[in-house]
Amino acid sequence: MTAAAPRVRGEAPGLFAPLDLQLAPGRITCLLGASGVGKSTLLRLLAGLPTGVSFRGRVDTWPAALMGQDPGLFPWLTVGRNVALGARLRGERADPARTRHLIEAVGLAGLEDRLPGQLSGGQRQRVALARTLAEDRPLVLLDEPFSALDARLRLMIGDMAARLLDGRTVLVVTHDPAEAARLGDRIAVMTPAGLADHPAPPGRVPRRHDAADVLAAQAALTGRLLA
Amino acid sequence: MRALLAIAAALVLWDAAVRITGLPPYLLPGPVAVAQSLWVNRGEIWPAALLTAYETLLGLAIGAGLGIAVAAAMAAWPRLGRALSPVLVVSQTIPVFALAPILTLWLGFGLAPKVAIVVLIVFVPVAQALHDGLMAPPTAQLDVARTMGAGRWSELRHLRFPAALPRLASGLRLGAIYAPVGAVIGEWVGGARGLGALMIQANGRMKTDLMFAALIVVVALSLTIYGIIDRLLARALARRGF
Repeated sequence: MTAAAPRVRGEAPGLFAPLDLQLAPGRITCLLGASGVGKSTLLRLLAGLPTGVSFRGRVDTWPAALMGQDPGLFPWLTVGRNVALGARLRGERADPARTRHLIEAVGLAGLEDRLPGQLSGGQRQRVALARTLAEDRPLVLLDEPFSALDARLRLMIGDMAARLLDGRTVLVVTHDPAEAARLGDRIAVMTPAGLADHPAPPGRVPRRHDAADVLAAQAALTGRLLA
Repeated sequence: MRALLAIAAALVLWDAAVRITGLPPYLLPGPVAVAQSLWVNRGEIWPAALLTAYETLLGLAIGAGLGIAVAAAMAAWPRLGRALSPVLVVSQTIPVFALAPILTLWLGFGLAPKVAIVVLIVFVPVAQALHDGLMAPPTAQLDVARTMGAGRWSELRHLRFPAALPRLASGLRLGAIYAPVGAVIGEWVGGARGLGALMIQANGRMKTDLMFAALIVVVALSLTIYGIIDRLLARALARRGF
């Protein structure tokens, strides 16, 4: 990428004060904050989606792939076709071998022909992950991607996502300090007062949920949210 | 089972009412008299029912097709949509049976005015339901489609339309309920054949039992058409993952 790293500089009066969010190229940036603080608005600005707020400032961004808390699968398309959705929507031809490979990578081999309604919540989220990877965009935007999952699935699928997205520029918006501590190469905390960096625990992501450094970071991050 | 019990109870009440009040059969025939009339006049009722069913299904098909086409056009060209939306609402306030005589005047006494009334009755709920669905796609899917670079047409074809199918099905179900009434009104106002015409004739000849028999056939016809369409729609939706 020759273009400048994805970055949002500006303010949204009534929602957030002037701030500067810059993503680390090739790394996972976790944006942690309470609900309603404007995290998703920043993500939508980077995605080029309508936000419904008046933003004054500048957005530098790259072509992005998006995955949200609602996996946003098309219920009338099979798993395989959902994964290859981007090509379908752009009128391109999908590469079936690649689609199959991605479905295997998220551990859903053999379920290509199922409809989303026939899958569990965790499986649906994995389909969304495979679809995000299929887009092969330089920037990946994850908006509370695992918030609707139980603790065990959240760990499993979070780890899977971090491994599969290794090397890409990723923004994970989350309200879960544990998730930020495990998955963030960089951690930014967003509060009504503004945006502040928090040092990430040492080690490559995904980190173990029970490592001492991770637990300490989780506690510190929780403290910052409570402050 | 419960429905059968309710029908049986209604029949018993009806029969009791006739016996207790002692009303003459030309005012209120009992269920037995109506059943007899249904059988005796089957040669007259059956072709009438077939004609009414034919008008209903033809009108339903044309009305649904028109409704789908108009809703799709409204969604494809937002300006057209904004212009037509209030027209749809206003058109819903027009009592269609008030139009039946003028339609007969314009289109004659044949099949056309009956089918036209059914089309008018079916068109609005179908167009309205589908248009509502097309204008309210699920937001998560819409965000995904937009980040994937789907154009307006692709969005309409691959997301808005399939996502609106359950709404379209609701509109079609409503249309299917109203449609036979439309055909009967058409026959009633200007027709020599069909169940509506048969009812008018029976009324004029004081053959109240035949009138009731025809009425029962109208109800049975409506329920059958609705039942078949409902089943087909449910199956089609289930196949598409809804």
